[in-house]
Amino acid sequence: MSSTAPPSGIDHVDERLLRTTPLKKLLARPELGSVVGAAAVFVFFAVFADSFLRASSLGTVLYAASTIGIMAVPVALLMIGGEFDLSAGVMVTSSALVSSMFSYQMTANVWVGVGVSLLVTLAIGVFNGVMLTRTKLPSFIITLGTFLMLTGLNLGLTKLISGTVSTKTIADMEGFPSARKLFASQLTLGGVEFKVTILWWFGLVALATWILLRTRFGNWIFAVGGGAEAARAVGVPVRRTKIGLYAGVALCAWISGQHLLFSFDVVQSGEGVGNELIYIIAAVIGGCLITGGYGSAIGSAVGALIFGMTSKGIVYAEWNPDWFKFFLGAMLLLATLLNAWIRKRVEATK
Amino acid sequence: MTTGTSVTTATAPLVELDDVSKYYGNIRALEGVSLEVRAGEITCVLGDNGAGKSTLIKIVAGLHRHDAGTFRIEGEEVALANPRDALDRGIATVYQDLAVVPLMPVWRNFFLGSEPTKGKGPLKRLDAGLMRTTTREALLRMGIDLRDVDQPIGTLSGGERQCVAIARAVHFGAKVLVLDEPTAALGVKQSGVVLKYVAAARDQGLGVVLITHNPHHAHLVGDRFVLLKRGVMAGSHTKDSVTLDELTRQMAGGSELEDLRHELERPSAT
Repeated sequence: MSSTAPPSGIDHVDERLLRTTPLKKLLARPELGSVVGAAAVFVFFAVFADSFLRASSLGTVLYAASTIGIMAVPVALLMIGGEFDLSAGVMVTSSALVSSMFSYQMTANVWVGVGVSLLVTLAIGVFNGVMLTRTKLPSFIITLGTFLMLTGLNLGLTKLISGTVSTKTIADMEGFPSARKLFASQLTLGGVEFKVTILWWFGLVALATWILLRTRFGNWIFAVGGGAEAARAVGVPVRRTKIGLYAGVALCAWISGQHLLFSFDVVQSGEGVGNELIYIIAAVIGGCLITGGYGSAIGSAVGALIFGMTSKGIVYAEWNPDWFKFFLGAMLLLATLLNAWIRKRVEATK
Repeated sequence: MTTGTSVTTATAPLVELDDVSKYYGNIRALEGVSLEVRAGEITCVLGDNGAGKSTLIKIVAGLHRHDAGTFRIEGEEVALANPRDALDRGIATVYQDLAVVPLMPVWRNFFLGSEPTKGKGPLKRLDAGLMRTTTREALLRMGIDLRDVDQPIGTLSGGERQCVAIARAVHFGAKVLVLDEPTAALGVKQSGVVLKYVAAARDQGLGVVLITHNPHHAHLVGDRFVLLKRGVMAGSHTKDSVTLDELTRQMAGGSELEDLRHELERPSAT
């Protein structure tokens, strides 16, 4: 195995390689822009809203962040994989509706409904993925179709089965207390109440980070988003990877949906519309490249945290909540510009 | 060129195409093309744009199936189902534009699709340390001295990217290396560097298919030459049987070049 070209730099440290300072390494992280943004939002509301810094506010802000964050994680992974899912918002509602109505109509233990809901939701996710990879149409079109169909199904079927736009309460049914404990309970820590969704959220972020950075599947996610043809040429199962990502969105939609159901007992069939954009915004603020191939799960969590702080901070500052959307839009623009600027600087210094 | 039979398996070429054709609907992309690739040799496929070079490469790489003729790998007749199938049979293809995923670090690109793992069950994970050191060593063995394997591969120059892709193919035990216009977008010096790595791969015992439209590059390293023109074979030579001038003339289309000269001369005459 002797090579013809004599390598020139085996034994000495390469003089072309400038020392990378820890600061520069930090700057290269995709979520940096969002962390700076989150700090700015925190300081802003700490100054302008007196009750923002109270311990009890922490639980509220984290809860608001977690309900978005649970979905922002798989949406971010999907975006790194180069695709969108516009049906993610209503899929949460669908999942809750299936669970609730199945249990109620069959008078079954709610856990049966929860299980059926898992299967149905996963099937929707796989449908998205299979349609996308088979037709090769843009995911924007495919999932827009699923979004509209689910929106109609949610309303239509609920009215058909329940007679109204919301489901019947299942609070007195068998299995409800234990399911509620898993999906919608509260924990008290140092006098502050924390919803269990925060644990789900942290767990999912950790799991997704592990998958992205330390598994073969994670490597494939980056590859199918950054160059699907190149990935296919070296033997990456592009189709399976994308279908897996859509199934991931469905799995998290199921978790979110069950939380929705078990914290309110009833589900409004019209809910969820518009949330898909909020998930995407959280992922983009968190540093995910909208064209795919770049981003992180932690970034999506920071994006969700910014969302939580802003939505609750405005309330604590006793401002009109109408301003919330304006803040969110400004944040999105600023974060994206900051991300683009940082990435350019980092790549220029290479 | 002789047609290989099952009797000659011991000396059968690594890859042999015999009278292979490919049609896209009513378009004749390739017809009656034959070539052979042997271990430690470089077979050059020359042709202008639209000559069918890409179609040929896609058949060998497993992206498309041939419609007629025979395709043998080490004497065995095959019809490749997909790129993975080709890889498993030892045929690695390096594409000019599609070789790598630009935003991913060099070491992740190097192992893409064949990542080593350690641990079991849910703890099964990428062996990142091994991946980094192996990437560095494999590149050094090919004579590529990379600054930092953690940098996104998109920050490397075109030539460096080609070299990484070649080193990757060599490392994963490819028997046949298919290179799609590796020097097309490169400057003179970088082209030389890439050709050096092509030669290095040959010296390690690989059979190489070099697709190019540059007869100078081809004649420098090639052992066999196949000329394509509008989907059919316009010539087939070994190194001894053809000179650079002859190759250049055939490649440029002989009489067509004459016509072109006349056309181009006219304005300067007035």
